[in-house]
Amino acid sequence: MHFLDAVRVALEQIRVQKLKSFFTLIGVIIGVMFLIAVVSIVEGLDRKIEVDFAGKFLGINTFNVRRMPDINIGDATEADWRAWMRRPKITKDDALAIKAALPEDAGWAIQDMRNVPAVTDFRRNGATVLAEAVTPGYFAIKDLRVEKGRLFTEEEDALGTPVVVIGTEIADEYFPNLDPIDRIIRLDGIEFRVIGVMEKQGKSLGFNFDRQVFGPFDSPMHRVTMSFRDISGIVVQAPNQNALSEVEARVREVMRQRRRLHPAEPDNFVLETTQSAFAAWDKIKKVLVLVGIALPTVGLVVGAIVIMNIMLVAVAERTREIGIRKALGARSRDIRRQFLVESSTLSVLGALIGIAFGFGISAILKMVDFPTTVAPWSIILSVAVGAGVGIIAGTYPAVRAAHLDPIIALRSD
Amino acid sequence: MNAFTSEPGLSTTAERQAVTGVTGAAPGKEWVIVTRGITRDYDMGGEVVHALRGVDIAIRRNEYVAIMGPSGSGKSTLMNLIGCLDTPSAGEYWLNGELVSRMADDDLARVRNREIGFVFQTFNLLPRANALANVELPLVYAGVASAERKRRAEHALERVQLADRMDHRPNELSGGQRQRVAIARALVNEPAILLADEPTGNLDSTTSDEIMKVFETLANSGQTVIMVTHEADIARHARRVVTLRDGRVSSDEAQEKFVRRTT
Repeated sequence: MHFLDAVRVALEQIRVQKLKSFFTLIGVIIGVMFLIAVVSIVEGLDRKIEVDFAGKFLGINTFNVRRMPDINIGDATEADWRAWMRRPKITKDDALAIKAALPEDAGWAIQDMRNVPAVTDFRRNGATVLAEAVTPGYFAIKDLRVEKGRLFTEEEDALGTPVVVIGTEIADEYFPNLDPIDRIIRLDGIEFRVIGVMEKQGKSLGFNFDRQVFGPFDSPMHRVTMSFRDISGIVVQAPNQNALSEVEARVREVMRQRRRLHPAEPDNFVLETTQSAFAAWDKIKKVLVLVGIALPTVGLVVGAIVIMNIMLVAVAERTREIGIRKALGARSRDIRRQFLVESSTLSVLGALIGIAFGFGISAILKMVDFPTTVAPWSIILSVAVGAGVGIIAGTYPAVRAAHLDPIIALRSD
Repeated sequence: MNAFTSEPGLSTTAERQAVTGVTGAAPGKEWVIVTRGITRDYDMGGEVVHALRGVDIAIRRNEYVAIMGPSGSGKSTLMNLIGCLDTPSAGEYWLNGELVSRMADDDLARVRNREIGFVFQTFNLLPRANALANVELPLVYAGVASAERKRRAEHALERVQLADRMDHRPNELSGGQRQRVAIARALVNEPAILLADEPTGNLDSTTSDEIMKVFETLANSGQTVIMVTHEADIARHARRVVTLRDGRVSSDEAQEKFVRRTT
């Protein structure tokens, strides 16, 4: 019996028993659906984190000099925290020393931030905003542009002019239906003049980029952000990827010298790179991948058991048919193949439905702003897994069918 | 049925052999079926049942033979053996020049596919397949390509006057029509023998006559037909009647009306 003939018979069987076939396939459908969905979540987050961490949070070829890690703090112990708190503060002088040591074409900026209440003549009780005191180089490193007005200049930073560039959400919230340019916003009680509105950037990983307010570091903004305690970070951008480790080494050397660290002593600061950010993500990813394996596996095992049962029932129900086929010249292997093809067709069909559902979940998550990307390899894997489940689940029933005695089979009802 | 065994003029061994040719039968083109002392024992939970105790039958090409016998005579067992659904415990069975009694399962399946056309009492059509698909089934296992299958199946259905019922399912056909579909299916591979097991057992007398006419036509056109039945009325249509009793051939005689015609 030709393979395609067997597939045709199988599809015919499934067609005449649509509902039963569907319920048979629920395990496989759910298993594959989870497989596609979880992989799409992991892949989507992966891409998002690569783009956003590298681009938006940190900047390309960029690292932060910080007193303690910011992103990768998942498994920090109490003792770690205590040690970090004992470290010297990062100061503006550190930034200036680093700047002096950087190559000409490297970028640098001081960045300090704090969530503060904001007040304007038009709104008094809005949610807090993220006030950031930065040096003008920051905008170039993060590739930030204004949609309206302008960014502040080196001169304004040097003179300490109280001006701010605000995010689009802040503009909409605190200056409803108004042009915010040249209007006053009070951050933690200090007045600033709005000179620009940032381009919309959106949200990423729970962080809203459009609720930031940037002021010159040397303006009163550094009081708003309480820079006397500690500067959040010195942002350094290497001119290109190859220079990154060289620049990192120089900055580390400057910091160690300033702090008079013995060569045997560890750093009492951190250089936080995109790599260290990815390390945190990798830990989360491992958990997700485990979930991504465990959930589909449960579904597929249940699916395989159900399919095996259904196939055993089918063999029992169709004993006479098997007898007829054998009498007409079907060899044992023809019968075995027929049932194997039937069970695999069934479970591949389940896999295809599961893939469709997986796409659905992925699309729904996307609609609520959760980054998902269905991976092509997960589709191929799903179909292969579907066929595999069918073959595994179908083998025992198929062998039983193949070994039926045609005389006894013909006599059955 | 005693009417046959006591048929005058054919009761001596010599006369019977003149018809059946058992002694001189050499397996091959002329003698499509030759059995030599085949036995079949069943182990029924420790107790051995001897269903066949040594059966010698030889059937020529183009013969129309009825195998009769009361229940328990071993005629079903013999039919299964002739139909290659089973193998004998001892003895030789030659079908169309091949020794099938020693064959493995896959070879038996091939022989069933190529050499034997089954017609069953209960028709044994696949309920969900239409007439054409049912008739195509043996060709599927013969590895015939789809277009050729369709052509040959259509031809076989035309032979049994069912050209206008090809896309009907068994439950949309009458008993007689179903049996004719089964006959078309049996013929589609141009088998060496047509093996019918109580072919009219589930049919009323009018329809039975209709089916027997089909067999008659086939036999006249040169098809070897072997029919297993316990109904004397049905067996009467055959040219020759083999009667089994207690696992042995108790009589094997040409029917008078046909003997007269041929002599």
